Amino acid sequence: MEKRVTFGKWTIGILFAVPQLLLIFTFFYWPAGQAVYWSLTLQQPWGGGNIWVGLDNFRSILSNADYWNSITASLVFAGLSTGLAMSIALVLAALTDRQLAGSRLYRVVLIWPYGIAAPALALAFRFILAPEAGFMAVVNRVWPGFWDPGLDGADAMASIIIAFSWKYVGYNFIFFLAAFQAIPRSLIEAAAMDGSGVIRRFWDIQFPLITPTIFFLLVINITESFQDSFGIVDIMTAGGPANATNLMVYKIYSDGFKGLDYSGAAAQSIILMLLIIVLTIFQFRFIERRVHYR
Amino acid sequence: MVERTPFLNVFTHLILFIGFVFCIAPFVVVAIAASHNLRDVNDVPMSLLPGSDFWVNIKTAWTTADLGPKLLNSFIMAAGVAAGKVIISALTAFSIVYFRYPGRTFIFWLIFVTLMLPLEVRIVPTYAVVANVLSPYQAILDVTGLSWLIEKVSGVQVSLSLGLLNSYTGLIMPLIATATGTFLYRQFFLTVPDELTEAARMDGAGALRFFIDILLPLSRNNMAALGTIMFLWAWNQYLWPLLITTDQSHATAVTELKQLIPNVGGIPEWNIAMAGTLIVMLPPLIVVVLMQRWFVRGLIATEK
Repeated sequence: MEKRVTFGKWTIGILFAVPQLLLIFTFFYWPAGQAVYWSLTLQQPWGGGNIWVGLDNFRSILSNADYWNSITASLVFAGLSTGLAMSIALVLAALTDRQLAGSRLYRVVLIWPYGIAAPALALAFRFILAPEAGFMAVVNRVWPGFWDPGLDGADAMASIIIAFSWKYVGYNFIFFLAAFQAIPRSLIEAAAMDGSGVIRRFWDIQFPLITPTIFFLLVINITESFQDSFGIVDIMTAGGPANATNLMVYKIYSDGFKGLDYSGAAAQSIILMLLIIVLTIFQFRFIERRVHYR
Repeated sequence: MVERTPFLNVFTHLILFIGFVFCIAPFVVVAIAASHNLRDVNDVPMSLLPGSDFWVNIKTAWTTADLGPKLLNSFIMAAGVAAGKVIISALTAFSIVYFRYPGRTFIFWLIFVTLMLPLEVRIVPTYAVVANVLSPYQAILDVTGLSWLIEKVSGVQVSLSLGLLNSYTGLIMPLIATATGTFLYRQFFLTVPDELTEAARMDGAGALRFFIDILLPLSRNNMAALGTIMFLWAWNQYLWPLLITTDQSHATAVTELKQLIPNVGGIPEWNIAMAGTLIVMLPPLIVVVLMQRWFVRGLIATEK
């Protein structure tokens, strides 16, 4: 879509875009370029120039078991938390869409978690899931040693997945509900007249019609699981125990700022950038085909 | 609904109720834990009846984490990011939609790409840029040989340096440098009828006049939605403020939560931690509740 009526002087036009262009050059393109450059050089932490090393940084990262462990942890986290947050939200939205009494209240409250900062909800869940206080302590009393995110990697992973999913159920819910409500009622009613039941209608009518939303949320949830997880990990587990929750973003942070390995962190950033881009493209190519656009 | 399904209705209510409980329970648990004393909060199981120490805990958390100035910092940062995004995105979208100039599509894509790579993945070099925000320009001068030229001609050695660590500008600027709002405005501007522009031009209004007097008032709704979303987003930022606020004077409330994690050893002070959590989670929650309608509409409009 293009405007027919425009303003003539193109010099003025560009001036309007200059503030944003300056900002994204300084704080986006330059750092992104710098990341590429650093990943190919050996950067001294406190200045002193850098030495060109080609792909050495990538070689040493990719031959490091800790790094592969971090990739696996990120993928497990992304897969499980996205699956959990989306399936719960889908069920809740489908049921809310039936518009029984009280569904309005439900719609209001479910969005709240999304407004909460990841570190705040992480601290809340750290308490709720603490092995010695709160509620898991009750379980531990019945079954000693059952739950300890401080010692058991799987428990720690479960903790951060629960916290992340809790936040994103609300986010996904809004989009799912909007998608359900965009489906014409007449369509559902016609199907009901023809004698198809609720479940049948869900699979044959509603589900195919909301696939674009599912696809969109899948992309958003997975990419967010790579970024928004930082605060949750930092507050709940700090990457531990024994690196079990050392997700990729967290590892970039700890290698870069605590280990002062700028080149290694830059190389990891590049890999994460590529991963996010590839995931997005992959999802477009393989999932979009099954999506029914209206 | 279209038919009578008593069994399914009961099932629906049951599941929705369970969902409701799971959604609200953490808030309730945080609030109740914040009202207990040290012994009660570590009781197994913790009593779900509120204790009597609520205000004491709030006060302790407030002073321990020095939350007064930190909340102010959070507010300045969030308001700055929201205002910056609202203004800059409007300007850019205006430029892209209402002018024809060479390279317009290129600029559009240049901005679009910023949506692909979040701050978190380019965090290390962005930190370096903020440590000296003029370093990109210095590098350009060096590479093009301009520094050398200037030094030869005037004898002045060019060394541009402006550090933004521990400053509000440093907190705010990098968070504004993505395109989230630009597309929202673009979509909206495209729906503004051409007749309006034509009429304005016939009345002798220039570009700037049209933008300020006609376009901006029309996009009030978008501004409210974008402003709300950006305020929440900026308020909830963690990694960026954690990195660039090396001294306490510019730290934000969210980063201060880390100070409240109970130490290992001794009886954990969860009541204080939860009181702090409650204080930090409250402002965005209030914004969500007040702006819910805008927020939902904007959330769906920006990303879809």
